[in-house]
Amino acid sequence: MSGVTVSRKTYAGVWGSLVVLTLLTAGIAYLDLGVLNPVAAITIAVIKMALVALFFMHLRYTRIRLTYVFTAAGLLWLALLMAFTWTDVITRHPIVPPPPWPANDVTSHMSIFKAK
Amino acid sequence: MTESIAGLEHQFETLEQQHEAGWLGMWAFLATEIMFFGGMFTGYVIYRWAYFGAFAAGSKDLEIWAGTLNTLVLICSSFTMVLAVHAAETGERRGQIGFLLATMFLGTVFLGVKGYEWTTLFRDHHVPGIGFHFSGPYQNTAQIFFSFYFALTGMHALHMVVGVGLLTFLLVKAWRAEFTPAHHAAVDIIGLYWHFVDIVWIFLFPLLYLVDRHR
Amino acid sequence: MSMVQTAPSYLEDGHGLASWLLTRDHKRIALLYLVSIIGFFFLGAIFAGLIRVNLLSPQGDLVRPQTYNTFFTMHGLIMIFFFLIPSIPAVLGNFVLPLMIGARDLAFPKINLLSWYIFIVGGLFTISAGLFGGVDTGWTFYTPFSSIYSNSNVVLTVIGIFIVGFSSILTGLNFIITTHTMRASGMTWFRLPLFIWALYATSLIMVLGTPVLATTLVLVALERVFHLGIFDPSRGGDPIYFQHLFWFYSHPAVYIMILPSLGVMSETITCFARRRIFGYNAIAFSSLGIAVIGFLVWGHHMFVSGQSVYVGMMFSLLSFLVAIPSAIKVFNWMATLYGGTIAFDTPMLYSLGFIGLFTVGGLTGLYLAAMGVDIHVHDTYFVVAHFHYIMVGGAVMGFMAGLHYWWPKITGRLYPEVWGRLAAIITFLGFNLTFFPQFILGYLGMPRRYHMYPPEFQALNVLSSAGASILGIGYLLPVIYLLWSLRRGQVAGPNPWRATGLEWQTPSPPPTANFEAPPVVREEPYSYPTWEAQID
Repeated sequence: MSGVTVSRKTYAGVWGSLVVLTLLTAGIAYLDLGVLNPVAAITIAVIKMALVALFFMHLRYTRIRLTYVFTAAGLLWLALLMAFTWTDVITRHPIVPPPPWPANDVTSHMSIFKAK
Repeated sequence: MTESIAGLEHQFETLEQQHEAGWLGMWAFLATEIMFFGGMFTGYVIYRWAYFGAFAAGSKDLEIWAGTLNTLVLICSSFTMVLAVHAAETGERRGQIGFLLATMFLGTVFLGVKGYEWTTLFRDHHVPGIGFHFSGPYQNTAQIFFSFYFALTGMHALHMVVGVGLLTFLLVKAWRAEFTPAHHAAVDIIGLYWHFVDIVWIFLFPLLYLVDRHR
Repeated sequence: MSMVQTAPSYLEDGHGLASWLLTRDHKRIALLYLVSIIGFFFLGAIFAGLIRVNLLSPQGDLVRPQTYNTFFTMHGLIMIFFFLIPSIPAVLGNFVLPLMIGARDLAFPKINLLSWYIFIVGGLFTISAGLFGGVDTGWTFYTPFSSIYSNSNVVLTVIGIFIVGFSSILTGLNFIITTHTMRASGMTWFRLPLFIWALYATSLIMVLGTPVLATTLVLVALERVFHLGIFDPSRGGDPIYFQHLFWFYSHPAVYIMILPSLGVMSETITCFARRRIFGYNAIAFSSLGIAVIGFLVWGHHMFVSGQSVYVGMMFSLLSFLVAIPSAIKVFNWMATLYGGTIAFDTPMLYSLGFIGLFTVGGLTGLYLAAMGVDIHVHDTYFVVAHFHYIMVGGAVMGFMAGLHYWWPKITGRLYPEVWGRLAAIITFLGFNLTFFPQFILGYLGMPRRYHMYPPEFQALNVLSSAGASILGIGYLLPVIYLLWSLRRGQVAGPNPWRATGLEWQTPSPPPTANFEAPPVVREEPYSYPTWEAQID
């Protein structure tokens, strides 16, 4: 699709890197790096994703530049979903019931607001 | 008229336009898949933050050798897939057939290992909703971990099955020598799908199997 | 210039059921969709009728309360997923998009047909859920009621909605790729009719949003079947997580429902005011703006859910922002109308009605975007009135405008103009009588999704139900006269409205391949003053 035939040697190199990175990420999981553990795991996963996308999926070689827009849009939209949901979860306060209504407010003549 | 060009569909003016449309169509579809899996990933992130202990305990219960093996299997299958594409680009029918078969074989191995894992979890009563019992302090929240485990790996496995089906379709066409260097878009496009499913697993592996392993 | 027809029209090109059910022609697929969505519309309308009859009396005892809950749920599900979302894109968009850009068909005709079959299968699942007693959760499927406590056919229904979502995704993919790769020579992005920009923006939302709905429904079904606990507070689950996932799609979904109508407006207003569009770029970019900002506001459905107050404030602010591109469109249409030679043909009547009603709906949306006000009117009839002003006063009237505008192109016949205008006016009057009282009811505190209400609300409810019966007549009339026109309508030529646009430069109805030769575009769109000179 790119018009360029990527050499099998390049593919083999990428494959080798992916294997090494996999073993690396499994190995690092057994080291106690505190908060860096998930950081390292995700970083390695992102690198592996980039290798597959750029070389195996020909993102590096395609002349159809719109491909980058589509990929970026997908990733950006996912980031959006995660970011806003995440922000909610970590900034919630416990819900406190409001104080009772005063007796003389304007809606007190309406039946739906009368206490049962 | 345009019908005389082999493989050119009636709505397109040129093969190049057709290939571009198919290529972009698959990429756009993969963007939808990012959002599909992403919804579940979002939930995973939230609950891992809220219930880290449960997630760590659940993760440790998974067999790391199975997860690592499966990751390597899929990486190899992506390699064989891209070699199949290369064979299509260079018009090598045998290479196409061989590498497509290899990819399908590796995909099936993945599904087999996954089946083994699920069976083990079932035997250990770690399948939510089917007699779930997790010893230790995390009974309820570990169930949430395993819910996401099964939802994510289940959806992924479903995509793998579809992928193997698509590869079968390619295999038939390759057998019939229908791919030429000028016209092999289907191999490229289905290859994209296969690599994407591999990428999803690349993220699932650390997120599910490597939570707090060092303790 | 002679219009000698060498190829048969798409209606004549193949007879028999197979030629329709196995067609690849985007125009035939559009008609398959048309028949289907009209069927679903009347099914959804029956549920609406039952609701309005039940609400004639304060006791609301036409049916059991549980049954009433299934009525408003089915009404919402059918109208949203099986009428509004597919209506303009899958009917008018499918038919007109390739014609407007000068293509022979969409990029993926077989996938187009598949999307219709998926639509039908999803519809059958949902209808069967209705036949088995319906679902009572509201179309919003809030957990943990839907995932644990409801005793209705939740799983069957969510399967149906899950399936129909793929129809939407495939249509969106098709439109996006077609617009990028199949424009005729000379048809640059900024020569595209604004309807295409609107369909493109709609397709972006379909493609990026619908998959999240799919995931959400999968999780609800799994939770219900396997008792997972991810949405169950008693086991550490978070119901608000469901609402985030649900509304991440369902808010942009409302823009899927309105953007195509906004696109139709740019076509009808220019044609029937005989004027160039005012502010082409502004309208084009505002469509994209609505699509993008529309993804950033979903939390305004969740102000009272227990969501973080800070995030609520952010969503509130963004919800105010999303009104701006819509307002830009309305101002530009007003500027287009100003100084024009306005013809009050049926499409224009629907369009003028649209502008007024959409504005009311949009402004009341701003009331709801203000968190402080929303606390009081959330889950009241104020909200119901707001979205019906947009969806019915807006989207449905936009659909009617487009249907009448392109009817001659689709069928080769003119509808009877007098009846068209009459139906438009009846619809407008019936609509306002139905839904304006609901603003007042909501503001006074009448809750939504209740089968009964306090007696002081009866007068307004009766007005609303009376309006609904008039609105029903307004919708029945077009069915009758449009069907009549198929046989007895005046034969329309290629361009009965003397409109600009490539779709009017091919016979009515068009041949299967749309154009004898691929068109070459040399003009700007909506070139009305010079267009008149050309064809005189």
